[in-house]
Amino acid sequence: MLEIINLKASINKRDILNGLNLKINPGEVHAIMGPNGSGKSTLANILSGKNGYKITGDLKYKGENLKDIPVEQRAQKGIFLAFQYPIEIPGVNTNNFLKTSLNTIRKAKGEKEIDTLAFLKLVKEKAKELGIDEKILSRQLNVGFSGGEKKKNEILQMKILDPNLVILDETDSGLDIDALKTIADGVNSSRSKDKSFLVITHYQRLLDYIKPDFVHVLSSGKIVKSGSRELALELEKKGYKKIN
Amino acid sequence: MNNQDINTNQEYKYGFTTDIENIRAPKGLNENTIKFISKMKKEPQWMLDWRLKAYNRLKNLTEPNWQKPKYPKIDYQNLYYYSAPKSAAEKPKSLDEVDPKLIETYKKLGIPLNEQKRLSGVAVDAVFDSVSVATTYKEELTKKGIIFCSISEAIQKHPDLVKKYLGSVIPLTDHYFATLNSAVFTDGSFVYIPPKVRCPMELSTYFRINASETGQFERTLIIADKGSYVSYLEGCTAPMRDENQLHAANVELVALDDAEIKYSTVQNWYPGDKDGVGGIYNFVTKRGACRGKNSKISWTQVETGSAITWKYPSCILQGDNSVGEFYSIAITNNHQKADTGTKMIHLGKNTKSKIISKGISAGQADNTYRGLVDIGKKALNSRNYTQCDSLLMGNKCGAHTVPYIKNKNSSSTVEHEATTSKINEEQLYYCNQRGLNQEEAVSLIVNGFCKEVLQQLPMEFAVEAQKLVGISLEGSVG
Repeated sequence: MLEIINLKASINKRDILNGLNLKINPGEVHAIMGPNGSGKSTLANILSGKNGYKITGDLKYKGENLKDIPVEQRAQKGIFLAFQYPIEIPGVNTNNFLKTSLNTIRKAKGEKEIDTLAFLKLVKEKAKELGIDEKILSRQLNVGFSGGEKKKNEILQMKILDPNLVILDETDSGLDIDALKTIADGVNSSRSKDKSFLVITHYQRLLDYIKPDFVHVLSSGKIVKSGSRELALELEKKGYKKIN
Repeated sequence: MNNQDINTNQEYKYGFTTDIENIRAPKGLNENTIKFISKMKKEPQWMLDWRLKAYNRLKNLTEPNWQKPKYPKIDYQNLYYYSAPKSAAEKPKSLDEVDPKLIETYKKLGIPLNEQKRLSGVAVDAVFDSVSVATTYKEELTKKGIIFCSISEAIQKHPDLVKKYLGSVIPLTDHYFATLNSAVFTDGSFVYIPPKVRCPMELSTYFRINASETGQFERTLIIADKGSYVSYLEGCTAPMRDENQLHAANVELVALDDAEIKYSTVQNWYPGDKDGVGGIYNFVTKRGACRGKNSKISWTQVETGSAITWKYPSCILQGDNSVGEFYSIAITNNHQKADTGTKMIHLGKNTKSKIISKGISAGQADNTYRGLVDIGKKALNSRNYTQCDSLLMGNKCGAHTVPYIKNKNSSSTVEHEATTSKINEEQLYYCNQRGLNQEEAVSLIVNGFCKEVLQQLPMEFAVEAQKLVGISLEGSVG
């Protein structure tokens, strides 16, 4: 699904990633943990194609080199990023945004656009699964949403857009335990053999609910240790410093 | 002339001869030109006198020059002031002859083929019988006593109404361009809604077929009698090529007791090319008088075209409890310039006004909101709320907000809010990550920014206006 080879990235001449290697097979869930400033969010941004980074190394998605592919085309090809801080877009209705997004992606895949009725049915069903109040879907995108609502809205979008590679960028941050569970349920019910997840988090708490196949420790822009879920537990006990 | 030309001419209802030179007034602005116009339109003497009075006044006026966008001096003696509609022979014969870029825009707007032909001035064949469409509506309107015709027709058939109201909101002597219009106006719309009648449909120039070739000096007069309601749509959502550089229209609205007029404009005249060559100077005077108590006038405008847009649709709130509203979107791209806003003149008691202005500037364009809120001594307990938001794209464009506020009594309140922001990179990134390309993302974000104004447009208009917002800004971001 995804192969990262010797990825180096800098922004404004400051090195952030220093030779990162990672391979994610279809159906796998990988967790990346690391302290503040270790380059976690940079990795998420680079995978989704955000501008502004100077990059060397290889990024391969489904065997294709991602290098010159712009953000929207990566999204259309099935890369989804759940934002750490979902963006507010005033005046844009949440449902409309979602529908526009879905139809753009469907069109790019050569699929038929979904009509409004079918869309509303779909969104209603998925919102219910996530315990999202339908009312927020007719509000302006993320405007005035609580932290939990924003994060749930990201997971709702993930469910509706049905991507192949999902990057969760600190989706657990700022969530209470109930919201955390809802979000984990949303992710778990989406797991399948042709879908891969990259879960970026500070805390092992999320991994109690979303059980990863692999855990990697990111430090100073490199993966310094990889292992199974037990590694996350070890980190929790010892802290990042000891692992280094 | 070949046979085909003769054939297509037959459906030309004006009945002018095809020799274009014969129906054009001589170049230049003088008494003879005005007499020529009046004669061609078979006007009564009082109308000619009115025009001449305006012309005499014009001699002592100079063009205003306080606006932000400057323009090269206009040689008024080098213009034609009357040119009857082009003969069918002169028009493109099929869409193949129309600028492909124009057609592309039409397609993006989803405008039907026949409509595309009409807009590009293609001689429309008999299959598209818009005349009969117009007639159907006309019958329905006539039944309710509504008068909806060209101003020329109204001058002949309804002289009492015209005499009473023409120039009653924009006086003959108002300012240079308005006075020029009064002297040489060629055509425009006339609407009268009788007491207690709610006009059953949106009125638009589209359905008044003989107005589709109005000249550069348009004159529109709308009167809503006591307790009536009308919604009027002006302009079209597709670019119109216009050989004339100066477009100086006058629009007057009069609302009597308990009457309401809603006037919506989507203006998309030719903006000039990417380097700022060509384009229309859109110098328009629009003013509404809320003459009766509890009356209401609401202006909504979406201004995306023209090289220079210079207009301030205004409300004079004379009647007690009257309400004035102004909702505006002004988009300037490339080298376009806009200096637009409104004037809310509160004279009656308990009068209310609301101004929502959204200015979007891209490329090297310059966008100014200029507005006056004037609350008179006797306009007790009056209120105004103004919100001006500007959105900038890139770093070569400009946005300016120039509010003039006068409150002459202590029982009234005026609120003014203004924001200026740049299009947010994070918002664009977020949209991109959801599969939208740059242009789709810009269109979505800008439409969101303009939502409060777009909501004011009649449904069928709003959809096209939304698309237009996107198209106007194409290529404006990286």
